[in-house]
Amino acid sequence: MTEKRVLVVEDEPNIAEAIRFILSRAGWAVTVEPSGARAMVQIAEWRPSAVILDLMLPGRSGLDILAELRADAGLATTPVLMLSARGQGRDREAAAAAGATAFLAKPFANADLLSALEEIAVPLPAQGA
Amino acid sequence: MPFNILVAVSLVYVLFLFLVAFVAERRAARGRLHFLYSPWVYTLSLSIYCTAWTFYGAVGSAARSGLEFLTIYLGPTLVFTGWWWVLRKLVRIGRAQRVTSIADLISSRYGKSNLLGVIVTLMSVAAATPYIALQLQSVTLSFGVFAADTPEFWALPNQSATALWIAGGLALFTILFGTRNLDANERHHGVVTAIALEAVMKLVALLAVGIWVVWGLADGVGDILDRIDASALADWQLQPGRFAGLTFVSAAAVLTLPRMFQVLVVENTDERHLVTASWAFPGYLLLMSLFVVPIAVVGLETAAPGANPDLFVLSLPLSQGQGGLALLAFLGGFSSATSMVIVAAIALSTMVSNHIVTPLWLALARGPAERGDVRGLVLTSRRLSIGAVLAMGYGYYQLSGGSEALAAIGLIAFVGAAQVLPALIGGIFWRGATHTGAAAGMVIGFAIWLYALFLPSVGEGGLISASLMKDGPFGLTWLRPQALFGIDGLDPFLHAMLWSLLLNTLAFLTLSMISFPGPVERLQGVAFVNVFEGREGAKGWSRGQAEAEDLLSMAQRILGAQEAQLFFQAQAAAQGKRGFLPDPTPDFLAALERQLAGSVGAATAHAMISQLIGGAAVSVQDLIAVANEAQEIKEYSAQLEAQSKELARTARALREANEKLTSLSVQKDAFLGQISHELRTPMTSIRAFSEILMEPDLPEAMRAQYAEIIHEEARRLTRLLDDLIDLAVLENRKVNLNISVANLHDLINRAVQSASSTRPERDFRYERDFPTEHMPVFTDTDRLVQVFINLISNARKYCDAERAVLRIEVKRSKNRVQIDFIDNGGGIPKAQQQLIFEKFARLTDTQKAGGAGLGLAICREIMANLGGSIDYLPGQGGAAFRMTLPLRRREGEAEPV
Repeated sequence: MTEKRVLVVEDEPNIAEAIRFILSRAGWAVTVEPSGARAMVQIAEWRPSAVILDLMLPGRSGLDILAELRADAGLATTPVLMLSARGQGRDREAAAAAGATAFLAKPFANADLLSALEEIAVPLPAQGA
Repeated sequence: MPFNILVAVSLVYVLFLFLVAFVAERRAARGRLHFLYSPWVYTLSLSIYCTAWTFYGAVGSAARSGLEFLTIYLGPTLVFTGWWWVLRKLVRIGRAQRVTSIADLISSRYGKSNLLGVIVTLMSVAAATPYIALQLQSVTLSFGVFAADTPEFWALPNQSATALWIAGGLALFTILFGTRNLDANERHHGVVTAIALEAVMKLVALLAVGIWVVWGLADGVGDILDRIDASALADWQLQPGRFAGLTFVSAAAVLTLPRMFQVLVVENTDERHLVTASWAFPGYLLLMSLFVVPIAVVGLETAAPGANPDLFVLSLPLSQGQGGLALLAFLGGFSSATSMVIVAAIALSTMVSNHIVTPLWLALARGPAERGDVRGLVLTSRRLSIGAVLAMGYGYYQLSGGSEALAAIGLIAFVGAAQVLPALIGGIFWRGATHTGAAAGMVIGFAIWLYALFLPSVGEGGLISASLMKDGPFGLTWLRPQALFGIDGLDPFLHAMLWSLLLNTLAFLTLSMISFPGPVERLQGVAFVNVFEGREGAKGWSRGQAEAEDLLSMAQRILGAQEAQLFFQAQAAAQGKRGFLPDPTPDFLAALERQLAGSVGAATAHAMISQLIGGAAVSVQDLIAVANEAQEIKEYSAQLEAQSKELARTARALREANEKLTSLSVQKDAFLGQISHELRTPMTSIRAFSEILMEPDLPEAMRAQYAEIIHEEARRLTRLLDDLIDLAVLENRKVNLNISVANLHDLINRAVQSASSTRPERDFRYERDFPTEHMPVFTDTDRLVQVFINLISNARKYCDAERAVLRIEVKRSKNRVQIDFIDNGGGIPKAQQQLIFEKFARLTDTQKAGGAGLGLAICREIMANLGGSIDYLPGQGGAAFRMTLPLRRREGEAEPV
């Protein structure tokens, strides 16, 4: 079985720790990156199978990072799960417009987080082939 | 008259002057100085024209050369009665351009060139040196007169020691009252008041001696007239050339002597005073000269042959046993000498420090020094210059042997000062006068003066050898100092005056015509010549390159923090902005330059601003303004300009109102989003970890760790809700204030103590001035301490200096207190200074801040509730906050929202 790798871009250390615990127990290799500025470098170097991206990051907004990722020819297909704590409908729209694969509002149920990730990271057609 | 009584009386008199000057300064500081703004004080201060030379020397001159002494009074009288529109123009220019000295005026007129400032300064110092020596000599001689009659009391200490004491004392007085502060207007109220008093003293003394001579020694007016007829004075023949020359040079001197310029232009508080002075000052001179001839005639009759006629005013009463009258005369002469030296030293030291020391310092210390206060440097250099000027006067006195007739020395100084005249008069009446012309004229005139008059004056074999005097340098007889170009047989004084002023004027006119003025010079020329048309000088600064913050920190170093902040605030208000920082528009920069020029001179101010702006100079608009100068569209365009400024102000106000409204709705959305974010973030952790804890197979250590996280996040949530509720209550002004009285010092201590738990591991120093902190404040002390704690904790958290220092400055003004918290870190970037008081404005990331970013917003609301304010104070180096607070907070008097 190929390794399932996820990069968690999240500045709140406690939330990042919770996500790390939930996903690694489900068999994911998890790397946490607290800085929005370094997120792109990490994705390019580590090539995760999916990215969990917080919308409000100090230094650089998650929407900016997502836009850059989608513009990058090599990385554009990386699935992205966007998280936001502002909980406004507008955030969900903005994330979709910027190219997020899925969106989850904080706070979330642990099971929802895992299923949302599994859904985007292992697309069914690919599995069938 | 015992000599030691004389010394005692002089000392008491000097102490009295100290007292008067001190009281005047105190009253000026409190703004209660109505009498100082009277034209009479102004007129009396002009009387420093009458130095010891006129007090003693006029009688000596009359005894030696008849009515020639009248020329010294005639020149100024002509200027003040016939030419007072020249004076009015000078005073107007002086005020419009904030001129600090005659050197500053010349330098400012000719393109703010410091070279010219230096030339005029050097000339003035050189010309004033013999003059100051003359004053020292006259006081020393007058001491000698008393000592000679009373050998049994005190042997007169040797004369040079007396002169040294006098020079030292005068230096002290001048430093104390002439350099107390760096006054933006260069006005010295204490000194001016003391000098007005001395003017009265010398007039009363001379009149008293005169009246005593006419009605006491002689039998009234008829008898005196007979005696004059009988004396040698009746045979006096008018020498038309010398008489005219002396009158002219005295007229010039009243305009160009640095000390006269100081009282006439710089210390002038109201242009209208000139109207009174135009007749009152000649009247004063008339009274001063009234009894000169009678005293001279009676003196010649009664004095022993060979007695020094310069001292008749003293020796005559003394020889007739009138000790009291002699003492009065002595004090009159003493007043004349001291007032001249004091004002001359102030004027010269201003020139030396503004045109030589400060520019040198600017050239050596590249870039604005960090916290250096230029004011300290300027004041120190002024104090040293005063000492140096008096030391040079003393040196000249020693060198010249103190033996010459007083009048001769005075005339040397007059001719030296007159060398500025062509550049001065040309500068204010002729737009074509240029920098090159002015410099060449002054240097040539000065050189001839030095060679033909000054150096020979020191005496044979002094600075110039006897053979050179007789045969000229290298045997070139046509270069003999007193017979230039082979013109022999002229009076040496007249000879030097004619040649120096003639060649000076010639060089000035010729070179002005063949050289072209630079752009700044052209604009300044227009501003000077057309000063009555209300044109401003060269603005020259194009917008945008200077950061207002840099300008403020520079201005603070020159004007002082308080003054600079007030000026910037007023300028910002005039532009329709709130806060400390106006836009660096050309108008603002020109105003700032003039303000600085009042402290350090035009050339230096110009140089300092161009250092910050970089290059700059004249905009296209300015050049067009020059080109259109001849056309008569100026008035019309000025009206248009005023209208368009008005429109711009209205548009700015409207735009701001509109921005405010739209940003309010954006803010509301943003605020909701922010609150949601701040509440949901801890809740996310809490929910995720509670779900994890619900699972059965978790190791105990992990369970404990995760429970701890839940606990911590729950507390964070509570804190946030507390802050939000606090803020809401404060914003609605519904807070219950608990007013009590406490010592501000104790409150600050409490805050420092409480804040010490923030980053306790860090080395953090406080800089406080305890005595200024002690004052009772009636306010909600807990709330006030809350604000202090917030500011101190922020400094402890964010100050990024290696050795962090927080300066707490308390200043009380009337019934308010101002508290500044200034740290030495990197400060807050300009773009964010407006933001920090907004809710959730956190400049760094969450982990470091550990709060929701409501601290400063709460501080601002608390201060508003306490009837005060808190603002970011730009331009202080590090992050700086200024709180103001009423000392007594009254119930139910919250500031309107």
